[in-house]
Amino acid sequence: MTVIDRTQTADRTARSLPLRRKLFGNGHRPGFLTYGLLFAFFLASAYPLWWSVIIGSRSNSALAGTWPPLLPGGNFWTNVGEVFDTIPFWLALGNSVLISGIITVSVVTFSTLAGYSFAKLRFKGRNGLMVAVIATMAIPTQLGIIPLFMMMRTLGWTGEIGAVVIPTLVTAFGVFFMRQYLVDVIPDELIESARMDGASMISTFWHVALPAARPAMAILGLFTFMTAWTDFLWPLLVLDAGNPTLQTALSQLQAARYVDYSIVLTGAILATLPLLALFVVAGRQLISGIMQGAVKG
Amino acid sequence: MTTTLNRPAAGAPAASKTAPTFRQRLNVFDVKASPYLYIAPFFLLFGLVGLFPLGYTFVVSLFDWHLLKGQGEFVGLRNFVEVLQDRFFWNSLFNTVSIFLLSTIPQLVVATGIAAVLDQNLRAKTFWRMSILLPYIVTPVAVAMIFANMFGEQYGLINNILASMGIDRIMWMNETLPSHIAIATMVNWRWTGYNALILLAAMQAVPRDIYESAAIDGAGPFRRFFSITLPSIRPTMIFVVITATIGGLQIFTEPKLYDPRSAGGTARQFQTTVLYLWEMAFQRQNFGKAATIAWLLFLIIVLFGIVNWLISRRIATTGDAPANRRLRRAGLTTTRSGK
Repeated sequence: MTVIDRTQTADRTARSLPLRRKLFGNGHRPGFLTYGLLFAFFLASAYPLWWSVIIGSRSNSALAGTWPPLLPGGNFWTNVGEVFDTIPFWLALGNSVLISGIITVSVVTFSTLAGYSFAKLRFKGRNGLMVAVIATMAIPTQLGIIPLFMMMRTLGWTGEIGAVVIPTLVTAFGVFFMRQYLVDVIPDELIESARMDGASMISTFWHVALPAARPAMAILGLFTFMTAWTDFLWPLLVLDAGNPTLQTALSQLQAARYVDYSIVLTGAILATLPLLALFVVAGRQLISGIMQGAVKG
Repeated sequence: MTTTLNRPAAGAPAASKTAPTFRQRLNVFDVKASPYLYIAPFFLLFGLVGLFPLGYTFVVSLFDWHLLKGQGEFVGLRNFVEVLQDRFFWNSLFNTVSIFLLSTIPQLVVATGIAAVLDQNLRAKTFWRMSILLPYIVTPVAVAMIFANMFGEQYGLINNILASMGIDRIMWMNETLPSHIAIATMVNWRWTGYNALILLAAMQAVPRDIYESAAIDGAGPFRRFFSITLPSIRPTMIFVVITATIGGLQIFTEPKLYDPRSAGGTARQFQTTVLYLWEMAFQRQNFGKAATIAWLLFLIIVLFGIVNWLISRRIATTGDAPANRRLRRAGLTTTRSGK
């Protein structure tokens, strides 16, 4: 299927290239207006971040001027020290890494297993169960927060990391995403021949499905990690101020009676840095994931 | 390859004569049970943390239920009647829909425009794609903090600039519409680039020959955009609208942190429904009513979902071909990135 598609695409491109060149000539590269628009949008995207760097590296008095300063000041490390004094930053960072890590591993593992089963194995009730998975994709977990909170309190887990992790160990979206990917990417013949060679079901999964699923697992993992990292409402409910995630710790900076914005924005920068690093490393995968239609977190 | 195909054929007649060996029975069991074993963890966990809470929320909503005192007497649908008569509930719903509209409409218009700009033969493609995605990696908590600062009423950047141009300061926090605009700005800033990339993917799947023949027929760039691009990306547009709707109806972090000391403004001027749910449950400690709000919100989301689905079905019948092509192309790109 894909092979045929690819040759067709190649054919079409080959056929239409001379035509396109004739039509649009050298001018088929867009002009400076295009780049101007993109650059303006880039400025709008980057400026609020740059602004937080400026204020975060100065003191609150920088806010009082009529026109904003354009360059960072020299107060950044003092502000960082203030942030560390006000909130348990390293504990919060560790908690966030642990929570997001566990959730990511769990979601990717169970989604790949279930997605493979739905995509490539035959069993009774397969279609009905798949419809159930798709239907549950629309249920926002947020709406169950009251029973979930009562559950965690009954178990005595409030304040513990487990209480944050449990509700998002699996997602219907993950199963759906892996199924869609694996349906096309593994030829049935490959599974059949592994089975004929005497491989058990699980070793077929391990040696045939898992290597093929790797790119999709990376993308699903990336998005799951980001969603878990940025979650705010649920950790706010079940954790206490002494054992926060990065997001709930940050919000404590702003909740003080007197808000020192240069400290608040320094905290915002510090919380953005880990994801910025992830972006530098995995930005291309992130983009390809979005372009394949990964859903909002 | 040939040997692997021959082997079971040679073994099969012998096996059918005698009773199945332990190994064969094990194999049959393996084939029958494995699919269920692979999907079981998902359904077990999802039942526990997804479906059960939703059902139990309904049970809680039928009782007088206090955060600390626990379950009280059975009140039937009284919570529903009271919430539906509660003007703060309607206020929160109004705020949610208002912020949702202020964020979704400009966001989609700008995202479509940016996607169209990106859908050209650009130099440094990856750089531009990454640059528009930059806000997406800033967490909502940090976004709320940055924009709460920029929209500050006393010393905020935006009011300072307005004042220097001789325009009156705007009460970005204390007035209803300005506060909705400020919160919508946070959402727009974070999500526009993300949506632009989804729409760009759809645009890239539109065959270029259509544009070329349209150009030969004398259609200018704008005509080509409105007559070819927009109709072709309808299915993706609907997808983006649906996800924006589900996300928009649940907005919490931005309004919560815009003024962290209140639950959505001193006069609830930007209190959204999830924020009201939070206030009802954890400040007023009325779990029964909070559960009622959760269920009503769930029904509203389902309602929006059905409306979206009906519209998309109608549009899908007219825009079917591009949709299929998009899906096929998506499969193609997937295979490529897999290699």
